Amino acid sequence: MRLRVLRALLVKECRAYFDTPAAYVVTIVILLISGYLFAAPLFIQSLAVLNAFTDAAPLLMLFFVPAITMRLYAEEAKSGTLEVLCTLPAEDIDVLAAKFLAAMALVTFMLAGTILYPVTLAALGSPDWGGVLGSYAGLWLTAATLAAVGLWASSLTRNQVVAFIVAFLLSFCLFLIGKVHDYVPLALTGLTDFLGLDSHLARLSRGVLDTRDLLYYASVSGYFLYLAYLNTAGRRSKP
Amino acid sequence: MISLKALSKRYGDTLAVSDLSFEVQPREVMGFLGPNGAGKTTTLRVLSGYLAPTSGTATLAGCDVQKDSLELRRRVGYLPENNPLYEDMDVAEYLDFTARVRDLRPPHRSERIRSAVESCTLGDVLTKPIGLLSKGFRQRVGLAAAILHDPQILLLDEPTSGLDPNQTREVRELINRLKREKTVLLSTHILPEVEASCDRVVILKQGRMAACGTIQELLAKATSSPKLRLVLRNADPEAVRAILSKLQGVANLTHETSGAETVFSLEAAEDLREAVFRTAVDRGWTLLELGRVEASLESVFQELAPS
Repeated sequence: MRLRVLRALLVKECRAYFDTPAAYVVTIVILLISGYLFAAPLFIQSLAVLNAFTDAAPLLMLFFVPAITMRLYAEEAKSGTLEVLCTLPAEDIDVLAAKFLAAMALVTFMLAGTILYPVTLAALGSPDWGGVLGSYAGLWLTAATLAAVGLWASSLTRNQVVAFIVAFLLSFCLFLIGKVHDYVPLALTGLTDFLGLDSHLARLSRGVLDTRDLLYYASVSGYFLYLAYLNTAGRRSKP
Repeated sequence: MISLKALSKRYGDTLAVSDLSFEVQPREVMGFLGPNGAGKTTTLRVLSGYLAPTSGTATLAGCDVQKDSLELRRRVGYLPENNPLYEDMDVAEYLDFTARVRDLRPPHRSERIRSAVESCTLGDVLTKPIGLLSKGFRQRVGLAAAILHDPQILLLDEPTSGLDPNQTREVRELINRLKREKTVLLSTHILPEVEASCDRVVILKQGRMAACGTIQELLAKATSSPKLRLVLRNADPEAVRAILSKLQGVANLTHETSGAETVFSLEAAEDLREAVFRTAVDRGWTLLELGRVEASLESVFQELAPS
């Protein structure tokens, strides 16, 4: 991986996001919904807490992240520019990394827009900064996991809608599996807790930094990025 | 410079390219002909490093398409079929992006961009979004990106497809300028383009090589018997045919009447122009035209690779 090439690819991917209104529209919609979730308990119940936002954020991300990743490979495959990109002297891993990092740049941009919430909490009282930082780290890592799933889904097809649906369904499964704790045999609860997104985000939101949670995010993200890599690089290596 | 040895590419059950072998010498322009679906684009995709061959090998500028794919892509310029481009970028952005991914560094980068822009006469549209350009300009942008790094080898997949005659001439002139210093593999449907630009030609048919050689060699190979064409006014076609068919060695005699004129064409083992002329004089035919029909690349193409 050459950094200069990676930077050029990353700039191109970021421009594709930030030079078009679609990313801003999606971000504004997400911020409006999350803003309501934060402000409702503050003004209605006089509760200065971040929980309503952090609890609902993963659900919002199930829509937001597949929406921003669906075009990454599918659009290029449909328009034919993937052929241009793949015949330039860039490693397939560079192309994949640039697309993933660009999606994360947009996620970071969106999360940065919510910084106002803990700042408001700080103005009204003294929030648990460990929990706030943990929540943001957890949301960012959750988004990274969903972005890896979305990137893989986008590498499967030329159709962006299909890429969105595949990514959403798989992400929803990861979300749902963490919610079935009370409905599965006791022997399986450990497994469902580990596979689901919920338990890891919950621990981080409490300010607990557990290597098992980091391992979960790294392994799921890594696995789907690897599958996306196989899909794209396979064309060049499979006879 | 370009060497294919028993190259094959299969998509599932479909054999797109089969056992293809040929070489292109340095600074040679090789025309790559064949009907739709003959395997031209697939071959170029393999040579550009986009697809892996199913079997066989190909080397370009000393780089194997599979083992040295990255180095090969550094040395080869490729214009894919339909010339896909990032339409939301403007021309300058696109060329800068391509130059950066090709790791061209300042001040070499700006020199190469300037040179490509001059070669493809893109100076007037540098700040325009690619999506708003005419097809001719888009084609030039694709060509500029392909020659940006001054590659030794150019793979061009139908570079004039869909262009109007003026745009076609401009792109053809550009290819003719490039061919002085580069090895070019030019896939096209446009036969005059091959005659104008190519030193040699490969004709593909259903993924296999139907012919390979210079245009003269292909013409000689395909022209089995000289053809003769005569145009008569106010002739009785059937009577003329009966008389002409008695001349020695006449075959494939056909005619077509349009108004008062009838065009006859025939094949013969030897030159029958004099015999036909004397017959016309003796019979009192009004002879408007008499001449040999030179074999064309089009007739060779139709003969070797019928659709």
